[in-house]
Amino acid sequence: MSDRRESRYVPVIQPGHTFASVTDKISSIVLSRRTPRFWVVGFGIGFALTLGMLYAIGVLFFRGIGVWGVNQPVGWGFAIVNFVWWIGIGHAGTLISAILLLLRQEWRTSINRFAEAMTLFAVAQAGLYPILHLGRPWLAYWLLPYPNTMALWPQWRSPLVWDVFAVSTYATVSLLFWYVGLIPDLATLRDRARKKTAQIIYGMLAMGWRGSAMHWHRYEMAYLLLAGIATPLVVSVHTVVSFDFTIGIIPGWHSTIFPPYFVAGAIYGGFAMVLTIAIPLRSLYHLEDFVTLRHLRNMAKILLATGLIVGYGYMIEIFMSWYSGSPYEKYMTWNRMTGPYWPAFWGLMLCNIVTPQFLWFRAIRSSPLGLWIIALIVNVGMWLERFVIVVTSLHRDFLPSSWGMYFPTKFDWMTYVGTIGFFVALFFLFIRFLPMISIFEMRTLVPEAELAPADAERKEQ
Amino acid sequence: MSAENARQPDSPAPPERPPLYGLVAEFESPQDLIDAARRAREQGYQKMDAYTPYPIHELTQALALPRTKLPIMVFIGGALGAGTALLMQWFATVVHYPINVGGRPLASWPSYIPITFELTVLFAAGATVLGMLGLNGLPMPYHPIFNAPRFALASRDRFFLCIEAKDPMFELEKTSRFLATLGARVVSEVDE
Repeated sequence: MSDRRESRYVPVIQPGHTFASVTDKISSIVLSRRTPRFWVVGFGIGFALTLGMLYAIGVLFFRGIGVWGVNQPVGWGFAIVNFVWWIGIGHAGTLISAILLLLRQEWRTSINRFAEAMTLFAVAQAGLYPILHLGRPWLAYWLLPYPNTMALWPQWRSPLVWDVFAVSTYATVSLLFWYVGLIPDLATLRDRARKKTAQIIYGMLAMGWRGSAMHWHRYEMAYLLLAGIATPLVVSVHTVVSFDFTIGIIPGWHSTIFPPYFVAGAIYGGFAMVLTIAIPLRSLYHLEDFVTLRHLRNMAKILLATGLIVGYGYMIEIFMSWYSGSPYEKYMTWNRMTGPYWPAFWGLMLCNIVTPQFLWFRAIRSSPLGLWIIALIVNVGMWLERFVIVVTSLHRDFLPSSWGMYFPTKFDWMTYVGTIGFFVALFFLFIRFLPMISIFEMRTLVPEAELAPADAERKEQ
Repeated sequence: MSAENARQPDSPAPPERPPLYGLVAEFESPQDLIDAARRAREQGYQKMDAYTPYPIHELTQALALPRTKLPIMVFIGGALGAGTALLMQWFATVVHYPINVGGRPLASWPSYIPITFELTVLFAAGATVLGMLGLNGLPMPYHPIFNAPRFALASRDRFFLCIEAKDPMFELEKTSRFLATLGARVVSEVDE
C-alpha cells in the first residue's frame, strides 16, 4: 500500500479502458456460465437466513404478535426499529442516483446501479415490518383508500397513513428509476447473450431498445426529470417517517429537530451500507478499475459530513431536553444515559459520533479495509439510534405506574437477521443476473468518448 | 471504406424481397458519426437516425432533433396527482365521512399536504416513465434497423447512421456513395 500517498488525485476510471473493454468486463460478470464459489456461499447464507425469517413469520401468523417482545408500554419494538433502519439505508441509493446526478458528480456513475438496487431491496425489507406489526397482516390492504362496505377511509390526519403513501411512493419511484436506468444495459445483454433463453428474457426486458438518437434524447430528459422528482421525494420520505414519532407527544419524540436529523441519519446509514457492499464487491469481482479509491474517499467524506450533522442532532436533542424545562423531557435524557438501556445509548455515541472522526485522516479514507470496518460500525450505530429512540422513549413516559421494559424474543431476532439474509440473497441474485455497474454510463467516461474541441465548445454553450 | 451491398445485381433476386428500409453506415468513433450526421444534414437529408451505445448530446444539434414533449407530460402527471390527492382527502373528510374532532374544521388542509406531495411525485414519475416509453414507441418487438449487419455492436462500441428510404432525397446509388465518403467503415442496405 505504498501508493496511498503517491497522488491526491485518483481518476474515476482507470486509464486504458475503451467502450469495448468496459462493456465486456461488466457484462461478462452476468453472462459468464461459471458461477463463482463465493456467490454460492453468499447466496446460500442469505437464503438460509431467509428461511429462518419465513419460519419466524409463520410462527407470528399462527400464534399472533405475542411471540414478539412488544408489550405495553413498548408497543413498537423491533418492528419499527428495523423499519426505520432499513428505509434509512435505502436513502443513500436515491441520493447517489438522483442528487449526485443533478450536481453533476460523475463519480456516481460506477456506483449508482448497485446503490439503487440496494435501495430497492432495503425498502422491500422495510415494507415487511409495518405489515407484520399489524397483528392481522392479512388485512394490510385496509391501509389503502378503497371503496368498502363499511364506508371507511384511512385517517388522513395520521402520520402513519402519510407513511403508507410515502413508503409506497418511494418503493414505486425507486423501482421505476432503477428500471429506466437498466433499459439500455438490458439491450446490451440482449445483444451479447449467447443462449437463446437469455436473449429472449433480456430482449423482452429491454423492450426493443435500439439506441436511437431521438430515443436517447428523450431518455436523458426522462432520467433528469426522474432525478428531479426523486430528490424532494427522498427528503420527504424520512421526514414523514420522523413524523411517525414527532407528531406523538411522547418525551423524546415530540421534537422539531427530528425531520432534518432523520434525513441526515438516513444518508449516513445508507452510505455506510453502500460502502459495506461496495468494498467486498469491488475486490471479489476485480472491479477496482471502475470503483476506484476516488469513490471510496468521496463516500468516506459524505459519511463524515452526515455523521457530523447527526452528531449535531444528538447534541441539540440533549440541549433541548434541558432547555425545555419539562421534567419529563429531562428525565427521558437522563434515563437514556443512565437508565436500564444505557449500553445502547453509549454504544450509539461510540459508533456514530466517535468512529467517524477517524475519517478525518486520508490514510484511513484511502484504506478499503479501514473504511469497511468503520462502515460496519456505523451500520450498527444507526440501528442503535433507532433502538434508543423507539424503546427508551416508550418504556418510561409520564406515569411511573405504567413504566415497563422491552426485551426482544428469539422471533424478533430471527426476523431481523432474516431480513438481512433476505437482503443479501436478493443482492446476490441481482449481481448474477443484472449488470451491477451502469454500462452505458461508464462508456461516457472512457477517453474514446471525448469529442473534438469544436464540439466540446458547442456543448458548453 | 467498402460499399457492401447485400443485394447483388447479377445474382437472381429472391421473389419476395421486403422493401428497403434504408442505408446504414457504421462508424468507429462518436466524432465520425457526429461529423457524418452534420454533413448528411447539410446535404439535405432529413429522414435519418443515429444509433449509439450511449447518449451523445452533440447529435441533438447535428441531427436537429425536435424538442421533446416529455416535460409538459410530467407536469400534467404531477398536477393530476396533486388534484387526485386533494380531492380524495377532501371528499373523504368533508363529504363522505365527516367527523367532528374537537370542533376543528373538516377541511383540515394542512394535514392533506404530505399525501398530496407523495401522490404528485408518484403520478409525475409514472408520467415520466410511461411518457418516455410511449413517445419512443417502446416496447417495440420488431424494428428493421436490427436487420443491419453487426447492429448488435450498437450497444457496445459502434456508431450507426441510417438514412431511410422514405427520405425525399434518397437514391440508392447516390446515397450509398455519399455515405461511403463520410468515413464509414461499412455501408449496407437494410430491409424493412
